[in-house]
Amino acid sequence: MDVLKFTTAGSVDDGKSTLIGRLLFDSNSISKDQIDAIQKVSDRKGNDYLDLSLLTDGLLAEREQGITIDVSYKYFTSEKRRFIIADCPGHVEYTRNMITGTSDSDLIIILIDARAGIIEQTKRHFYIASMMEINEVVVCVNKMDLVDYDENKFNQIQEDFMKMAQRINGNDSKQTISFIPISALKGENIVKTSDNFNWFKGPTVFDFLENVNLSKRIENKFRFPVQYVIRPQSEVITDYRGFAGRVMSGSINVGDEITVLPSQKKSKVKQIDVFDQQNNSLDYKEYGTILLEDEIDLSRGDLMVKTGEEPQLFKEINATICWVNEAPFQNKKYILKYGTMQTYCKIASINKKLEIHELNFEQADGTIALNDICKVTLKTAFPIPLDRYDEVKYNGCFILVDEQTNMTIASGIIN
Amino acid sequence: MFPKELESEAIFILREVAAQFDNPALLFSGGKDSITLMRLAQKAFYPNKIPFTIMHVDTGHNFPETIEFRDRLMKELNANLIVKYVQDSIDQNKAVEETGKYASRNALQTVTLLDGIEEMKFDACIGGARRDEEKARAKERIFSVRDDFGQWDAKNQRPELWHFLNGKINHGENVRVFPISNWTELDVWSYIKQEEIEIPSVYYSHQRQCFIRDGVIFPYSNHVNMDGEEIFEETVRFRTIGDMTCTAAVKSEAATIDKVIEEIKAAEISERGARIDDQRSEAAMEDRKKAGYF
Repeated sequence: MDVLKFTTAGSVDDGKSTLIGRLLFDSNSISKDQIDAIQKVSDRKGNDYLDLSLLTDGLLAEREQGITIDVSYKYFTSEKRRFIIADCPGHVEYTRNMITGTSDSDLIIILIDARAGIIEQTKRHFYIASMMEINEVVVCVNKMDLVDYDENKFNQIQEDFMKMAQRINGNDSKQTISFIPISALKGENIVKTSDNFNWFKGPTVFDFLENVNLSKRIENKFRFPVQYVIRPQSEVITDYRGFAGRVMSGSINVGDEITVLPSQKKSKVKQIDVFDQQNNSLDYKEYGTILLEDEIDLSRGDLMVKTGEEPQLFKEINATICWVNEAPFQNKKYILKYGTMQTYCKIASINKKLEIHELNFEQADGTIALNDICKVTLKTAFPIPLDRYDEVKYNGCFILVDEQTNMTIASGIIN
Repeated sequence: MFPKELESEAIFILREVAAQFDNPALLFSGGKDSITLMRLAQKAFYPNKIPFTIMHVDTGHNFPETIEFRDRLMKELNANLIVKYVQDSIDQNKAVEETGKYASRNALQTVTLLDGIEEMKFDACIGGARRDEEKARAKERIFSVRDDFGQWDAKNQRPELWHFLNGKINHGENVRVFPISNWTELDVWSYIKQEEIEIPSVYYSHQRQCFIRDGVIFPYSNHVNMDGEEIFEETVRFRTIGDMTCTAAVKSEAATIDKVIEEIKAAEISERGARIDDQRSEAAMEDRKKAGYF
């Protein structure tokens, strides 16, 4: 069974939490006591209907204000697939949460209020999803019940969206954009179909999620950041030296030639252990322990790749970063974490800053604050082996950590 | 069917803990989630031993079956177990025994836990909590930083991007780590089945002395303050194992793992619905987490 991770985005009242509540409720993923619990709160608030958004808004402050202030995770399972939802808030000041939610997602659902059509937030969310290389985009045109299920309205929004996508991405063929008209409140076209949408021939949201093809996310170049060296200090097991990790991209077989970066040392895969079993190969996202033919110097943080597929080593990196902390940029060294390694870096220059309303990169003014997206040049203390984010996702990203506060202060992708 | 990716993610997290921290502990409760963690840790570092201290906070009100099971498992894995007792915290006047018919030591565990962490100077504590259990937990990070007082600040959490886990902390702080955050109750059971993991017998159908309180079946033991309820024999099992005073039983004939999984798939009540400690108020878990509870 595979796992589909997706995130939801939309403006404050577009009904994200209601949509998720619906997906869970109509797919029977909610237990009776959870329904009873939200029924109680729903009644107390004087709602006429069961407020399904209460299923995702977990914190007290959220339930009081009726908004979502943090990423919330929800789960459901179908016959075919296991789903993980990162429910992201719609407020503009929470751009960082959307970056967080999309960083590990395969797909994004963008909600649009059928009455309002495409608004600034829609553009922004689509822009961020594209930047984060989310190649499956599902646009749910919600509140169709409030526009009399008007097909023309739906078609118009679809047309407007495609124009916007074209403007933002050019002819980026990697991305697939699908449109589904829904009413989250009434549960129409979420899990169950509805006669009101007899003009719509596409799948429901649930059907779409269950059947969408995920093979696109598997990249080919083998990338294995060494996490941990397993060397038992035991009298029974001698000479065992295994390099434990998880495959971030591609796959590897016993007998393959490998190169270790940054040292450039070479060897051959002798054995692949997965717990007490020996495997012939290790695939994308699988964990395992690799043993090599030669005794080469290798430790946590080193990157193992197939010989002939080495990424370049960089001391100067052009990247797009998003500032995710309240403390603004200071001209000092930061810790850069990539793969399983870390090094120091400095932001040598801030080249451009994204103007979030017009979505243009403009001349930067030397400052970076919370939620800012900037193109920067970084200088690192050591040369590091990185790929372009759009080529090898998990080896083309990094985070910056402030040494004084220990907080993660920026996310970055390699251009 | 168990989704393989979840195991791989959990093992990645456990290895990050071993690599990023000096003195990590795995918090063992004797329940199926922490038993699952033990299995994952065994797989993550094989053929090495599990590189964590295993800490059990013993309320003194555990099921005897749990304690017997714990000791056997630790011996089998050659694990380094330490036990901290809630009774000691009570004797030192750090915790006050609750009174009345609902008296439970569940909340008192937090005191013993925080003292244990401080005394042992653990910088990371791995727990088996899952986001599907409860609404406040759905918001918590995989690496969840706690301050000097063990408190959780929900509004000031570190964003977790891609696979990166930032375990940098100040002296005195510690990180709670939740490797099976993304698992559901059913995933845990499917994994137990797939891996043929042994679990305490009380998870399967058995005969037990019970009583009914507030419409819920509870196990009778001398830790419970009875309020004139009638005690009777019933065929039950437990979906979750906590303190005996606040863990409800379900009537069940499910004596095998397959039957248990069938039953969970059909169940209308969620797992934590069987824990009265969560039903004390709408934000019961959030409040306890802020105070340092797991």
